[in-house]
Amino acid sequence: MTTITAPTVTRESVDRRIKLFNATCAGVLIAFAVIWLVPIAWAVDTSIKPNSETTNPTWAIQDPTLESYRTLLSQGSIWNWYASSFITSTLTAAATVLTGSMAAFALSRMRFRFRWLIFWFVLIGIMIPQQALIVAQFREFAALQLLNTYWAVVLPQVPAAIAVFIFKQFFDGVPRDLDEAARVDGAGFFRTYWRVVMPLSRPVVAAVAIFTFVWSWNNLLWPLLVMTNPKLMTIPVGLATVQGTYGIRYADTMASAILGALPLVLLFLFFQRRIVEGIAGTGLKG
Amino acid sequence: MTVTTAPDRPVTGETPLPPDTAESPGHTRPALLMMAPFLVLYLLFVIGPTLYMFLMSLFDTSLVRPGLGSFAGLRNYTEALGDAAFWASMWHTLWFTILTTPPLVILAFLLALMADRVRRGRWFFRLAFFLPYILPSAVVALIWMWMYTPELGLLSRMVTALGFAEPSWLGDPDLAMWSLALTTVWWTLGFNFVLYLAGLQDIPRELYEAASMDGAGPVQQVRRITVPMLSRTTSLVVVLQVIASLKVFDQMYIMTSGGPNFSTRPALEYIYDVSFTDFRVGYASAVSTLFFLLILAVSTVWVVLTRRQEERL
Repeated sequence: MTTITAPTVTRESVDRRIKLFNATCAGVLIAFAVIWLVPIAWAVDTSIKPNSETTNPTWAIQDPTLESYRTLLSQGSIWNWYASSFITSTLTAAATVLTGSMAAFALSRMRFRFRWLIFWFVLIGIMIPQQALIVAQFREFAALQLLNTYWAVVLPQVPAAIAVFIFKQFFDGVPRDLDEAARVDGAGFFRTYWRVVMPLSRPVVAAVAIFTFVWSWNNLLWPLLVMTNPKLMTIPVGLATVQGTYGIRYADTMASAILGALPLVLLFLFFQRRIVEGIAGTGLKG
Repeated sequence: MTVTTAPDRPVTGETPLPPDTAESPGHTRPALLMMAPFLVLYLLFVIGPTLYMFLMSLFDTSLVRPGLGSFAGLRNYTEALGDAAFWASMWHTLWFTILTTPPLVILAFLLALMADRVRRGRWFFRLAFFLPYILPSAVVALIWMWMYTPELGLLSRMVTALGFAEPSWLGDPDLAMWSLALTTVWWTLGFNFVLYLAGLQDIPRELYEAASMDGAGPVQQVRRITVPMLSRTTSLVVVLQVIASLKVFDQMYIMTSGGPNFSTRPALEYIYDVSFTDFRVGYASAVSTLFFLLILAVSTVWVVLTRRQEERL
């Protein structure tokens, strides 16, 4: 390949500039990353101080202690909250993946009347702010007598239009030859969906499952309304309702914050790569 | 500029499907069956409540009385539009969106751009920026209320150590919204960062190599290659961010309860207050409907703009 270089800009000088640029990037990034980690580090630092020492204005800790964690874990209510959060988030994620992918499969692979109408009808759901529906949903669940049950938290979160949209985007890109072949071999639609298309869709299934789980775990407003029984509260609701009760015991408060975040942090560390891969595969990036 | 399709999604070699108007024999029943679980839940818990909300907005519905109450016509709407508290909450929502969207888009882009150029330790940056995003809002609120605590909080100490008077982060009506915006940028930047990072990975490396052979410096490469190649990602990030910022609630609810003096009360908290403290559900439904129309308008503008952008490409 022949390259025409302007006399003042040589290949070497450009390379040098790019090296310098990349080094600057690394420096700026590290600075930002450190700033971003400071609040979390500060919370951890505070949580392992004795309550009496939290007013001491340094990072240094005289007697590091896990006392705050011990107190919280022995009180018991946090275990109930963990259980509630795990049950509701797992059910929500599983049901969202299953119902959303089935609907998306039909919209992507099957031909029937009013297909586009139904697709647009589902898309409107992305624009409806769920938070604006709380009163209507609250009355509905009161009438169904489902307040203070896990169903009240799970059911409204399952029909997530965004999940159908993401699955359809992905299925549209899966080569049709494969499932056509399965159809020719006599497999029904459901079998084709379950045995052929879903196994090919692992990255997007993982991404939708993880994000649904995280959003459900972190949802505050709706569970706050429908879970008034302290035994059934999810982690965010429990934390929001007790934060006042610790008064100035900052170490206890920070320990409760860290315990509330811990399961999701572990989930994230475990699936870090999947999350980015999943987003890259979903078409969410545009 | 051409639109690149993701390499993992080949679309060639497909048998073309029959046109949409033609109903393939035997598809309708199984299709409806497969969509049924989603559609039933969707009608029951999304579309149903939306229609019920429209209906309640026309009545003097109360939270503490069953049924719809007496018919009010459009009175709830005219009352909302004439109420200063309604307009104040709409303005706070808008102001919060203005404060948070530019940093959450531009900073996320710059950080992803830099992370994409760094060869080693990308996992560390992903961890640092994305970690706050997965924290529950209650946890974020607890950590930042501690950071903002007068005299003891980390930020207060840093400011006083630099010799400034200590600001009242959440207590000063002029400053409270900025403090909440700062918390939000720290908390949610990671999602946009990951979206940008995924978009950047799709840009072929050869483009940069060719550009540098032609003598283009790093800044030119970013301006001429990266920014245009990411235009679709950017339009998506912007609209998701605007909608997310308009829907803000959690931070205010826990950190300031809309105070001081209602200076940080966003639209959703106004709806919440009117419903659950004043029990005026009919009026709250009218406000919800107006708010829904606002989000619908924003989404429509985005669809029109991106259509036009795609036509140009």
